[in-house]
This record gives sequence, C-alpha cells and structure tokens, in this order.
Amino acid sequence: MIKIEKRNDVSPSIYFLTPILAIFLTLFGGGIIFYVLGFNPIEALKFFFITPISDLYGFSELLIKATPLCLIAIGLSFCFKSNNWNIGAEGQLIFGGIVGGGVALLFYGHDGFYVLPIIILSGAIGGMMFAMIPAVLKTYFNTNEILVSLMLVYVAKLLLDYLVVGPWSNPEGFNFPETRQFSESARMPILFDGLRIHAGIFITLITVFLSWLILYKTYLGFQIKVSGLSLKTAKYAGYKGKTMIIIVFMISGACAGLAGVGEITGPIGQLHRNISPDYGFTAIIVAFLGRLNPVGIIFASLIVALTYLGAETAQIFLQVPKYTGQVFQGMILFFLLGSDYLLFFKIKFLGLKKNEL
Amino acid sequence: MSFDLNFIGILIGAIMASSVPLILAASGELITERSGVLNLGVEGMMIIGAISGFALMVITDNLFIAVIGSMLSGLFISIIFGVLTQSLLTNHVATGLALTIFGIGMSAMIGKNFVGIPGKEFPLLFINLKENVPFLGPILFGHSIILYFAFLMPFLTNYFLKKTKIGLIIRAVGDSPTSASNQGINVTLVRYSCILYGGAMCGLAGAYLSLIYTPQWIENMTGGRGWIALALVVFATWSPIKVLIGALIFGGITILQLHMQAVGLRIPVQFLSALPYIMTIIVLVVISRDSRKIKLNTPTSLGQIFYKEK
Repeated sequence: MIKIEKRNDVSPSIYFLTPILAIFLTLFGGGIIFYVLGFNPIEALKFFFITPISDLYGFSELLIKATPLCLIAIGLSFCFKSNNWNIGAEGQLIFGGIVGGGVALLFYGHDGFYVLPIIILSGAIGGMMFAMIPAVLKTYFNTNEILVSLMLVYVAKLLLDYLVVGPWSNPEGFNFPETRQFSESARMPILFDGLRIHAGIFITLITVFLSWLILYKTYLGFQIKVSGLSLKTAKYAGYKGKTMIIIVFMISGACAGLAGVGEITGPIGQLHRNISPDYGFTAIIVAFLGRLNPVGIIFASLIVALTYLGAETAQIFLQVPKYTGQVFQGMILFFLLGSDYLLFFKIKFLGLKKNEL
Repeated sequence: MSFDLNFIGILIGAIMASSVPLILAASGELITERSGVLNLGVEGMMIIGAISGFALMVITDNLFIAVIGSMLSGLFISIIFGVLTQSLLTNHVATGLALTIFGIGMSAMIGKNFVGIPGKEFPLLFINLKENVPFLGPILFGHSIILYFAFLMPFLTNYFLKKTKIGLIIRAVGDSPTSASNQGINVTLVRYSCILYGGAMCGLAGAYLSLIYTPQWIENMTGGRGWIALALVVFATWSPIKVLIGALIFGGITILQLHMQAVGLRIPVQFLSALPYIMTIIVLVVISRDSRKIKLNTPTSLGQIFYKEK
C-alpha cells in the first residue's frame, strides 16, 4: 500500500537533495533517449558528461560557459524570489552586449586601463535599461512582464542583426555580419596561458557574494523574500511594491548585461549575430536548479554548463545535433519541478494489515 | 480598378493565411487558460507539431496522417505538462518554460534528418472560384481545409464555452476550483482535458506552418508565434471572437512588413521584422492599462495550483 501524506514542514536536507535526484533522473532519461537513437547509453553519456572535462582545457571551457550562466541566474533569482517573471534575460544580455560593444568600438585603437571598466559598466547599464522596460510597463500599465520581456528578446536580436550587418560592420570585413575585433585594451585579461578562461569569472564571483549579502543581510533582501512568500503580508507591512519590482528587474538586467559584455570582451572579442547560445533562457533553469540560492546557483551553473560542452562533444563523436543539450536542460527542469512533490508530500509504503486481507 | 481590388483581395487572403497558426494556437490555449491553467509551453508544443507533421508527411506520404499525427504529438507532449502541473502540483510558469525549451531541443533533434527536404503540395479547395471571382475570390476561396477550420474555431469555441454544459464546467473550474470541486466536479480531470486539448491545437498550428504555410522543415520555424499566441489570449481578454480579430491584426502586420520589405522601402529589414513583436508590446500595454477590465475577464484561478485534501 502506498499512502501520500502532506508534510507540515519542509526539511532543508530534502530541499537541497531533490536537485541531485533530478540530475540522476535526467541522466537516466538521457540514457533512454540515446538508447532509442541507437547508441550505447553508457558510452554516450560518458561522451556527454565525462569526456568534455577530462583535461584542463575542458575544465577551463566549462568555467567559461558557467560564468555567464551563473551571473544571469543570480540576477534572475532576485526576480523569481519576489514572484516577478523576467524571462527575457536573453534580450537583456544581448542589449548589454550591444551597448558594451558600441562603447568598445568607440574606444577602438585606444589604450589605457580605463577602457575595459567603462565598457563593462556601460554593458551593465545597457542590460539594466532594457530590463526596465517590462518593469515599468508592469508597474504603471499592469502589463504582463512574461510576455513583454520575451518579446523584447526578439527585438534585441533583430537590433543586433541590424547593427552588425549595417552601421557597425567591419569596414575591412568583406561584408561579413560582424564588427571589428576589439582592441587589446577592451578585452578581458586571460588568466592562464593556453586556456581561454578570462577575468570575467571574478565579476561573477563578486556578484555572487554581493547578492548573498543583499539577499540575506539587508532589509531589501528581506522585503524581496517576504513579497515572494506572501504578497498580502508585504502590502500589510507597507513595502513599496512598485519600487521593489523595478529594483529586482534592474538587478537582474544588470547581471544579464554584464554577462553579455563579458562574452563579447572575453571569448568572442567582437560583435556578431550569435553572441549567446541562449544563455539567457538556460539561466532560468540554472536559477531553479540552484534553488534561487547563490551557492546553489554556482553548482547548478557548472552542471548546466556541462550540458553545453557535452552537446558539443556528442556532436563530434556521436553526430547528434547540438540541440541535444537543450533536451537535457528541459529534462532537468521537468524532473526538478516534479521531484519538488517530495518536498510537500510524504510517500509512505505501508505493509498490508491483516484485517485488510 | 478591378485589378486593384483583386490585389487587395489577394492581400487579405495572405493576411488570413498568416493568421491561421495564431488562431489555432490561441483558441486552444484560451480553453486551457479558461480552466485556470497557464501553459507557457505553446511555442514548444507548436514546434513539436511542426516537425512531427512534416516528418510523418515525408515518411508516410499521407497528408491526413501527418495532420492527425501532429495533433496527437502536440497532445502527447502536453501530457508532460499535465502530469507535472496537475498531479505533481508544479509551478505553471516554470513548467511551461521547461516544455518550450524541451520542445525546441527535441524538434531540432528529430528534424536533423528532415532539413532540406521539399514539402508536398497541400490540396487547396475551390481553386477555380478563386481565379474567376474578382476581389472576393482570393479572400473566400483557394485555401486549405485547415484555414476554414481555423476561422470556424473561434465561433465554435465561443459557443462551446457559453452555451454548453461542459463549457460552463470549464469556466467554473477556472473561476473557482474549490466551489467547483465541492459541487462534485473533478477539477483535475477537467484541467487535464483542457491541457491536452490545448496541446492538440498547438500541434495543429505547428503542422499548418510546416505543411502549408512554408512547406518545409526549418529549425525554430515557429519563430515566436507561440508567444504571440499567448499574448493574443490576453489581448482578447479570454474571449474567442476577439482572438480572431487579434490574430488578423497580427497577420496583417506580418504581411504588411513583408510587402514593405519587398517594395524596398528605405527602412532596414530588421526594423520591419521587429514590428510584430513591438506591436504585441504596445497592444498589451493598451489592453492591460485598465486593470479592472482585465481583472473582470481573467479566469480567477489562472496559474494557481489546486490541491484537494483527500
């Protein structure tokens, strides 16, 4: 007999164990998909999750992918904690990249230590401004932030396309849809010779620390959490709801903008059409997998970054499309949300009692 | 003059064709939302419908099987959403997003072997009337059966919701699941059915794209139409007839910007392509400004988890 009972309180150990359960279920589900596609599942999963990080270079690539994911997810955690559904981080990333890239092109040929900080700052401001659009429309016109932030992703993509094809395209670039390579002064310093890992990782780590500080040590963080748990309580306590919506969107937009500028000044070094492989969307999964907790998000970003690398490796060795990564990402979120059931309900396996026989 | 009129007729016909996927997906999602479930996976279900329709067409060479198959695959993928949100009580927004990400990835995985294969001609009805009747010909005739079905759909949906008992039950479940449940209605069952119905309609919307509108398989070919369909439901304030009007407006903008591109106006192509998305935002702002009007029409329990203590 199976009996389902509602739990009265959520135990913290289960709260952080279910993400791990979700990852194992995803591996299992992925194995089944590979089997259906005609591969040896163990072999395929090895190509997907172990081969990519079996050397130092691979590990550096993992950190490169985790850097923007972690940064965006940290920003999103502010929104999600307070029940604001910003799902347009991809657009905010691109817009941050556009503004930062524009400044980088402005400083083309300039040397000086001040160039990179100005670019990074302008990228963050760009992302922040772009995130203000859904926030302001939500607070003053009652507009659904999910749809607005999402529509703006398409707008940002098209704007980037226009710029790299048209006014910002490289004058010596034979009409390729890309800008000039940025000057050395506008590039993130590389940390180790021979690897691509760059200083952007420090921006991410600093942001993680700052958001932990804001979320757990300030009154603002407390307000954000309370409004997420109960809007009525927040109103009763007299929190300024509108200001808070704008603040959480600004934080998450700035983080996404930073991620964008980190990509173009880091591994990419110029603007072109595809500056992000949907980091903005994938970061939503990272935020949930990390339980909207700064430390959890660091681990989650590493795991999800591995699905990107794994998809690339699997594409080479198994000839499966790189979208396999997205299938895995979707599955992680499905299993994670599903296993949350265990948080709120106890499943009891009871032996059959005599009188029931 | 008759030539001009005919051109306008052709233009209107094109607008109608481009609004079909929006009408189908939005009227499916409308039923789902009326039962209190917010499924943000429209884009994912549409793209799964698009690839399965196209793949079945290539494999079986039978358009009927392709169309039915696309609806079934939309339905099957929406089962995931149903099990998660209804049986495992997950958050609707997050689950819908996962469905979209999963659907896009899955469709690209399946579609890998179908890129570059030409589509098959879909039979169009009353083709000779289209050529012979000026102005009205291209508007009323020469379309696929799915277009006629799509244009009938909002009226059927309206009738279904307002005049039938099942429609009433769906609205009751959406507005007050607790009282509906106390009346002996199985809320979970009603919501499951509405989710599956929405999935099937989104699958059909996708198949319209890959079988009729641009008969081929292109990765990510839905291009945000699923999201626009979601916006349309809000725009229509959950009324099926207004979905039709909204879809025609968006179809109009799409066709208009394509024509402006073709004429070679000096506006950059990308700005014209961004028009439908920008218009969506503007329209949402205009509609939502009056919060009372929105509140009056929104299914009261939309997006909320319903749990019945056993």
